[in-house]
Amino acid sequence: MKYDVAVIGGGVVGALVSRELSRYSLSVAMLDRHNDVAMGTTKANSAIVHGGFDAVPGTVKAKMNVRGTALMPEICKELNVPYRNNGSLVVAFSEAEMKHVELLYNRGVENGVPKLSVIGKERLKELEPNISDEAVGALLSESAGIVCPYELTIAAAENAVSNGAEFIRNCEVKSISYADNIFTLNTTSGEITASFVINAAGTHSDEVAKMIGDNSVELVNRKGEYYLLDKSFGYLADHTIFQCPNEMGKGVLVTPTVDGNLLIGPSAVDQDDKDNLDTTPDGLDFVVSKAKKSVPSLNVRGAITSFAGVRSHPVNDDFIIGYSDKNDKFINVAGIESPGLSAAPAIAEYVCQLLCDKANPKKNSSFNGSRPEPVRFRHMTKSEREALIAENKAYGRVICRCETITEGEILDAIHAPAGARDVDGVKRRTRAGMGRCQGGFCGSKVVEILARELNVPMNEITKFGGESKIIFDKTK
Amino acid sequence: MLNYDLVVVGGGPAGMAAALKAYEDGIKNILILERADTLGGILEQCIHTGFGLHYFGEELSGPEYAGRFIKQVYDTDIDVKVDTMVLDISKDNVVTACNNFDGLLTIQAKAIVLAMGCRERPRGALSIAGCRSSGIMTAGTAQKYVNIDGYMPGKTVVILGSGDIGLIMARRMTLEGAKVKAVCELMPYSGGLTRNIVQCLEDFNIPLRLSCTVVSTHGKDRLEGVTVADVDENLKPIPGTEEYIECDTLMLSVGLIPENELSKNAEISLDRVTSGPVVDEYRETMHKGVFACGNVLQVHDLVDFVTEESQLAGAGAAKFIKGEKNDTHYINTKGENGVRYIVPQRISKSTDKDVKLYFRVGRVYKDVTLKITCQNDVVYTKKKKKMCPGEMEYVVIKTDLINSLPADSTLTVSLKEEA
Repeated sequence: MKYDVAVIGGGVVGALVSRELSRYSLSVAMLDRHNDVAMGTTKANSAIVHGGFDAVPGTVKAKMNVRGTALMPEICKELNVPYRNNGSLVVAFSEAEMKHVELLYNRGVENGVPKLSVIGKERLKELEPNISDEAVGALLSESAGIVCPYELTIAAAENAVSNGAEFIRNCEVKSISYADNIFTLNTTSGEITASFVINAAGTHSDEVAKMIGDNSVELVNRKGEYYLLDKSFGYLADHTIFQCPNEMGKGVLVTPTVDGNLLIGPSAVDQDDKDNLDTTPDGLDFVVSKAKKSVPSLNVRGAITSFAGVRSHPVNDDFIIGYSDKNDKFINVAGIESPGLSAAPAIAEYVCQLLCDKANPKKNSSFNGSRPEPVRFRHMTKSEREALIAENKAYGRVICRCETITEGEILDAIHAPAGARDVDGVKRRTRAGMGRCQGGFCGSKVVEILARELNVPMNEITKFGGESKIIFDKTK
Repeated sequence: MLNYDLVVVGGGPAGMAAALKAYEDGIKNILILERADTLGGILEQCIHTGFGLHYFGEELSGPEYAGRFIKQVYDTDIDVKVDTMVLDISKDNVVTACNNFDGLLTIQAKAIVLAMGCRERPRGALSIAGCRSSGIMTAGTAQKYVNIDGYMPGKTVVILGSGDIGLIMARRMTLEGAKVKAVCELMPYSGGLTRNIVQCLEDFNIPLRLSCTVVSTHGKDRLEGVTVADVDENLKPIPGTEEYIECDTLMLSVGLIPENELSKNAEISLDRVTSGPVVDEYRETMHKGVFACGNVLQVHDLVDFVTEESQLAGAGAAKFIKGEKNDTHYINTKGENGVRYIVPQRISKSTDKDVKLYFRVGRVYKDVTLKITCQNDVVYTKKKKKMCPGEMEYVVIKTDLINSLPADSTLTVSLKEEA
């Protein structure tokens, strides 16, 4: 297949870039080696929209963070993705740390971060009654927020596909050749040719760059582990609560999620394996002990699940965004560690601009940037539910009882552009299986629905693609 | 809005027994709401035998046991709606439910029986480190795949937890040709019934490893193995005892949790130990006219006892609907010294029948005296050779005794080990 642009990677960056590109008359293919979008770093991170005071002034990180955070509320509105402007706090536990808080304040002001203030112990207690008594003050960033990274990515991918982009799954790029101004990508889904390539391959973006002889992308894989707590613990934090950062990152945070759960993490351990997402007893213990420093009443008995993500830390400590020195039709978007989620809308805007400057495409006159709001039965009033079921009976059949997810919502998730093909895909799009029982009851029903809708036998349905089979052969 | 005398939430063994008893006691306007596509609840996937020995005096499979009640229900004019999920129970006993044939239903009930059963504790609640691959599931989910859907969820299996479902699945997987490599139990004793340990593990040479847990799971896409380790007296893994076991499936049988989301939303007070509602001897919750029975109230070992308990709830609901349940003064119950909880948590002082106090003990006890006191008076003692957490116990308290106790006094059940 021949495309104007091949975007390698369907993470938050790849999906938002593809969506930006779909504003123009360009044929765009977004490739991902997984069975779904948002399967790498995007799937497992802190889900935070940072104020923008951490990054050193003048860096790409700083610019993209502040711009991205400013764009985020609008883009979430357009894509119908839950976003909450809950604000963040960097909490100091000593006078020395208060000095650091002031440094962050000054940095934030220099970066152009709006609505920053340094607050004392009393105000902090007012804002967060469950904060540790040891806390002496904090940096309050009122522009910070929370967003679900995979929902944003799914929505962006869906919108990109609705506007003409193509999503190609299970498509791992093995090698790239370049001749006569055309890239040829040799992939696990066949050959794909493109005039431009955007390397948004996350932790694997160094390998993809090397495929065109570009060795400039140097990354360290940094694993972070998290605990997700039940909604009944969501009340413990209203703002995103950071501690003072260290050289490995922004430290362990305690934050509500847009769905009302409580998220704590991450740890930060460098590892060679890019795809090792195993949680470890040490990592999880570390997260809990650090989180308790901020909110002592936390209890991991409320944990629903734990998970780990790998972020790619750029050796030079700044985002790598721009045309490769080796090829002026090849754009690297690499080393997108924190605040990558916050920065993603700005990165997409910037990358699209870089490409348009060279390709000079026409506008896509039929572009529609708004993604229809998915049906959310659980949030509906009685009369809304009545009307919905009257229109389509499938919304009357509740499949996941912990989260009150109906069959209609699962069908929507499967049949949406760039829709779900596996159980985790349904889970991320609908929340079916994300509640207290973690799919104990609805898991097999979701397998059944996927098999029926995709017209394959039940034992071909996977948890997340590849060999992640759920069931094997028929019984005796 | 529909109107019913009695709405029963859940059409498993508890819901059916409660509805049938209320019907027998003269309540004819009854509706059972069931989320699955048939009545019978979890029994439908329990195709092994061992059900009914106490209640029917014969050994039945789960579907047979359920079948007898299903037939009785359909022989009455009790209304049944299957494939119907209850979304909400209001404080004034309005039940909201939905399905894909009636749409949204609102039902005003005079009385409600909660019979939603329980769910299994998932992996997340255990915080086992390791991968997020497929092949990690609760024993009940695996049971559904094998017995209902007819698919094998794995070929080589490690089971964590020796609860009854785990034991049953160890045998079931073996019979279907899978290799069950070990059943690991964190505690120094099994939480399952002795007969299941013998018939499901020993008869098949499946090792039961006590004081042992899974510390880590391994694998990228599908599970490839688990690391198990022995634990010390504080249940912490002992370094150096780790052992890698290759397997494609980890089944969890690590406890059941009563499903009380609806009860919580209706602000019905729950017992912190049982996680079920606080009830009186007719299983009426603290919310007038709302009754609870079966595994939503307390996790039972045997369905026979669920049936018995649910008949109490059905009788209570019938009395309530007829205006014959006018309790004013209560005796409280309490477990102490090894007795973890008591159901019912309170008894009407003017009760008209003997009351069975159900409880579980906190660990294995040998040669122990069970003692019940009320205001420093010992009202009951009994020597017991062995008591263990895996088997629910009960003591019968006579009507006369209850009627003679002062209002608001407390019956305390405790254990005393012989020196």
